[in-house]
Amino acid sequence: MAQLIGKDVTLGYEGNVVIEHLNFSVQTGDYLYIVGENGSGKSTLMKAILGLKSPMAGTITTGDGLQPDEIGYLPQQTAVQRDFPASVLEIVRSGCLNHSGFRPFYTKQEKQLALDNMERLGITHLAKRCYRELSGGQQQRVLLARALGATQKMLVLDEPVTGLDPKAQLELYELIAQLNRKDGITILMVSHDMEAAVKYASHVLHISKTPLFFGTKEDYLRSKIGQTYTGGTEA
Amino acid sequence: MSIWEQLTGYLSFSFVRYALIAGVLIALCSSLLGVTLVLKRFSVIGDGLSHVAFGALAIATVLRLSNNMLLVMPVTVVCAVILLCANQNAKIKGDAAIAMLSVSALAIGYLIQNLFSSSANISGDVCSTLFGSTLILTLSKSDVWLCVGMSVVVMAIFLLFYHKIFAVTFDETFAAATGIRAGMYNLLIAVVTAVIIVLAMNLVGSLLTSALIVFPALSAMRLFRSFRGVIFCAAVISVVCAVVGLLISILASTPVGATIVIADLVAFLGCCGTGAVLRRK
Repeated sequence: MAQLIGKDVTLGYEGNVVIEHLNFSVQTGDYLYIVGENGSGKSTLMKAILGLKSPMAGTITTGDGLQPDEIGYLPQQTAVQRDFPASVLEIVRSGCLNHSGFRPFYTKQEKQLALDNMERLGITHLAKRCYRELSGGQQQRVLLARALGATQKMLVLDEPVTGLDPKAQLELYELIAQLNRKDGITILMVSHDMEAAVKYASHVLHISKTPLFFGTKEDYLRSKIGQTYTGGTEA
Repeated sequence: MSIWEQLTGYLSFSFVRYALIAGVLIALCSSLLGVTLVLKRFSVIGDGLSHVAFGALAIATVLRLSNNMLLVMPVTVVCAVILLCANQNAKIKGDAAIAMLSVSALAIGYLIQNLFSSSANISGDVCSTLFGSTLILTLSKSDVWLCVGMSVVVMAIFLLFYHKIFAVTFDETFAAATGIRAGMYNLLIAVVTAVIIVLAMNLVGSLLTSALIVFPALSAMRLFRSFRGVIFCAAVISVVCAVVGLLISILASTPVGATIVIADLVAFLGCCGTGAVLRRK
């Protein structure tokens, strides 16, 4: 059974349809790139997957033991966060809140989980540092560590390398690929970095009002739309 | 008579003790929530809501209600919920909506007091509501108990939901995506904000209320870099400023509200200076 299934999904705002008749399914361990032009509905689809927005028609369901609130999320940075006084530890721990109910404190396991995730992403030494004083790449690692607190199964990433220098971009991509390969975490990446898609993706969903393509990367590269969009790059 | 003897003399009056108790509690609550409001870019909402509270108070006075709070509290809470929660999909956006609401409330309040007030000294009444010059020193025992009760509730809510409030303040979308009911916490923050503003109006008057919310948070953010540090520091600064301001105003017979706000301003400038020095090292 698939972890995430979209059936004939239609999405939009106030009666304006952004995407229609979208069908897709994500299996455990997939690395799916969601690509498309600006305004093609990538972020709308992402919100629907995260349960922040309900589809106008069709359904998006989770399966294979994945609960709807177990999808980790790496959002684009907001203006609020850029001058937010918070230590790295405070932020990473806040990812573990989704199962806490009305409990007002963190359990030992949750604290340990936060530490483990920081270790995993190589930011243990930053624990006491202030988030706003970190470099862009470090900030993304912190947010990634937070997302791992919420899930061990699926991560949704929204243009994670935007604004990073090339070295930091490569490091972040490798880190994400490692989480996918080593820990078997399913990755859903919203991006228009086609070069990276060709390098890392296992599947591609290309949307522009209507779904233009959904399938494995190999098929995508052989398809007409894939050829035009990637400029004929070989995997 | 030394200043100390003068102070102990004043402290023997019950109304001075009431003012101090209420002042400390209100300062504490407003600073706790102030950090969240400032970080969520909602500082202006405090200002708008205090004007709404002024309008409601004017209406309550004219209606000769036995307890003004019965009208002022619900009206302010409703406006807070509208402003903080309907923000995203409202037809009139954020700051414009606040500006509109606050000036309307101010105008309605003043007009009603002018038209229907039985008091001979209307401008005096209006002035004391706006700047709180006398309110805090005329608190009755039941006012103080109300203040204590409300403050305890506010602090309990804050402690109980501290981590969730942090998560919702730092990143509402992530919180919502991972199953925290962000909408509910926004509602909670809105209601608590309204309660604090109505209480703070007693202390510094409606025009100066937002100072209590904004200043301690901003001062603390100059010095501390973790959320917890900022919250603690803001609470301490706020309480110290309220006490110092109150005592100075009693000793030197200056207007209470203005004195407390000036104390907050001085603390802010001090924190700015200290922060700059610390950073250079």
